[in-house]
Amino acid sequence: MDITVVWAAIIALGVFMYVVLDGFDLGVGIVFPFFPDSSDRDRMMNTLAPIWDGNETWLVLGGAALFAVFPVVYAITLSALYLPVVLMVVCLIFRGVSFEIRGKARKTKNLWSLAFMFGSAGATFMQGVILASYLHGIPVMNREFSGDEFFWITPFSLLTGLGLMVTYGLLGACWLVMKVDGDLQRRLYRLLTPLMIVLLVFIAAVSVWTPLSDVAIARRWFESGLLHSLLPIPFLVAITSALMVFVVRKRHDCMPFLLAIVLIALGYIGLLISIWPYAIPGSLSLSDAAAPRSSQMFTLVGAVIIIPIILVYTTAGYWVFRGKVGHDSAYH
Amino acid sequence: MELNALDLSRFQFAFTVSFHIIFPAMSIGLASFIAVLEGAWLKTGKLYYKLLCIYWSKIFAVGFGMGVVSGVVMAYEFGANWARFSAFAGPVTGPLLTYEVMTAFFLEAGFLGVMLFGWEKVGRGAHFAATVLVAIGTVISTFWILASNSWMQTPQGFIVSDGHVVPVDWFKIVFNPSFPYRLAHMSIAAFIVAALLVAGTGGWHLLKGRRDPMVKTMFSMALWLLLVLAPVQILVGDQHGLNTREYQPAKIAAIEGLWETEKGGTALNLVGFPDMNDEVTKYAIQIPHLGSIILTHSWDGEIKGLKEFPKEDRPNSSIIFWTFRLMAGLGMLMALLALIGLLLRRNGRLFENRLFQRFAVAMAPTGFVALVAGWITTEVGRQPFVVYGYLRTAQAVSSVTTQSASISLMIFVLVYFVVFGTGIYYIFKLLAAGPAVGILPISQPTTGSGRRVLAAAD
Repeated sequence: MDITVVWAAIIALGVFMYVVLDGFDLGVGIVFPFFPDSSDRDRMMNTLAPIWDGNETWLVLGGAALFAVFPVVYAITLSALYLPVVLMVVCLIFRGVSFEIRGKARKTKNLWSLAFMFGSAGATFMQGVILASYLHGIPVMNREFSGDEFFWITPFSLLTGLGLMVTYGLLGACWLVMKVDGDLQRRLYRLLTPLMIVLLVFIAAVSVWTPLSDVAIARRWFESGLLHSLLPIPFLVAITSALMVFVVRKRHDCMPFLLAIVLIALGYIGLLISIWPYAIPGSLSLSDAAAPRSSQMFTLVGAVIIIPIILVYTTAGYWVFRGKVGHDSAYH
Repeated sequence: MELNALDLSRFQFAFTVSFHIIFPAMSIGLASFIAVLEGAWLKTGKLYYKLLCIYWSKIFAVGFGMGVVSGVVMAYEFGANWARFSAFAGPVTGPLLTYEVMTAFFLEAGFLGVMLFGWEKVGRGAHFAATVLVAIGTVISTFWILASNSWMQTPQGFIVSDGHVVPVDWFKIVFNPSFPYRLAHMSIAAFIVAALLVAGTGGWHLLKGRRDPMVKTMFSMALWLLLVLAPVQILVGDQHGLNTREYQPAKIAAIEGLWETEKGGTALNLVGFPDMNDEVTKYAIQIPHLGSIILTHSWDGEIKGLKEFPKEDRPNSSIIFWTFRLMAGLGMLMALLALIGLLLRRNGRLFENRLFQRFAVAMAPTGFVALVAGWITTEVGRQPFVVYGYLRTAQAVSSVTTQSASISLMIFVLVYFVVFGTGIYYIFKLLAAGPAVGILPISQPTTGSGRRVLAAAD
């Protein structure tokens, strides 16, 4: 198989890892407004404390791998989406630092809860905007961005931003259901089904809007026989959603989280099929955008050896901190 | 003066990277210090080692967290502000950065959780292993990022084709001529930063009247380390200078405020004001032959003056003349601190001399200052190039508008001062609180998981 395709697959996997791992991480911040009690919030953040920076590292890997293997894509996408990217990283700063400070602050504790909440929500929204703008096609001329600095503000991108907030919110709530118990867990369960219904509405809206607003995607979906391979996705989404309602009723601990990951994986597969074989939809193909073979080869040797090791010790880390996170208000 | 997107992007990068480097520099030194403390506890069974270890872990955690989030900014800023640099140099710097993420960032983040929150979750040996792995991760990270930076300073091992670099020999790329010196200089600097911070904190608590083994131990350990590293750093810096003279002579000329290539030995401008327009260093106080002695290790070695280089290829001497002197001067003071410490130790007055303790407290932030001054020297000294000799900074910038660049710069300045300012405030609070006396943070109930060790400071 072509090395560039292998790299595209590795980056796609890295982004998926990020979406799932930092997704629930950011999602906890997104559902914060539903749980105003300070000790509930302590507990919610404590479920993340040992793992959050590992989760965020997948975002850095995504950026770095793109820089290494598709430097042109890295350059065009980030300079084109300059302000959303800046806003995203600034939001990540707010939420990342609030992990360290919120637990120490006294008078300003609520301020840092807000920083965590708005940081998580804002970073997610901007990721949605970035995703939508990328999907819609970035204006490119001579391998450089050639559009308006605010081209990313569209109804579609704002809708996707909100959609991603709901996605991460659901994932975060499912994570919390798995990690806490008692009254807090009961209140979290009540959130799951409504969140999932809203998410389904967003998925439907984005799925209908994408081909309507983009002739190229519509052509690829409907004329190239791609529809055939995309068709199972809505059915699988429906089945997964039904299962979700069922396991929520049964008050199952871990299943909601796993099903939420399946939902996201289904959406993600649809996304990848829509992008293939482009590096920037509509402008640059993967092979056009690829770095020299010597760059790809050098990095691939490391990736093939190291990424499995990373997966092993990341899993071990989660295993060490498995189980419920109790109240530790006595501790403070 | 009307600032354009290039100026704003340069300022923004300088600002964000200067803020960022403070945190990793602290983490690199502290991680190893913490690992040594934990090892000492396991070996001797003395509790105060463990208490010290937990105390410095809290400070490490805050610094590390801020390093992570300010580092994410860096990973995306290359593309956002420096798109043409990324497209040109990405085939070399991208893989190096990717290796840094894979071999260092994940390692640190993966074991940090166990190191900070896993005292009750894993056995002693496993916990120690996690701490050591975090420390190793910080050193690996230094390796890759310095390889990348050094390659930009002294690039080799590639050809240019189709408007971008094509790597030919990765060994030559990584082990480029300035890399060994830069790596040694920066790693030692990071350890010195941490040693000064620890010594200053110890000094502070000695001044406050504490004489418990924790405070004494940290003061003493930090000064021992400084006694070794400060002089070594001066030697390494000297070697680095020789290397720079060979590969980046314009940088050396600018550092020294040297305009003419003098015959029969070059004087050293001790102080002065290099003027880029008048091509002269004003009000210079010179010491004959010292320039040659330092930079060529000979009485009358020749050093190229700035006038040897076309005007448009000269780095800004007015800036780096002084940042270099600031760094070198502070380095001398650090060595002095360590030496006085040794003398006091021999007299048995190390923990009693208040003047020395005040000196140690005053020196605590100078590691950071010298570090940033050193980086400004080497980075401004590389100008007007971003990849030395191959790509000018002016050609590296994105097509981002002045408006966008202004907005982002304002946001970054505001957010960094507010957010990292608060973080640094809490670091100060922890430093001022000192290691806990008479509590055993380890013997708490084991029910909750993922508990924040940090909160033990409250």
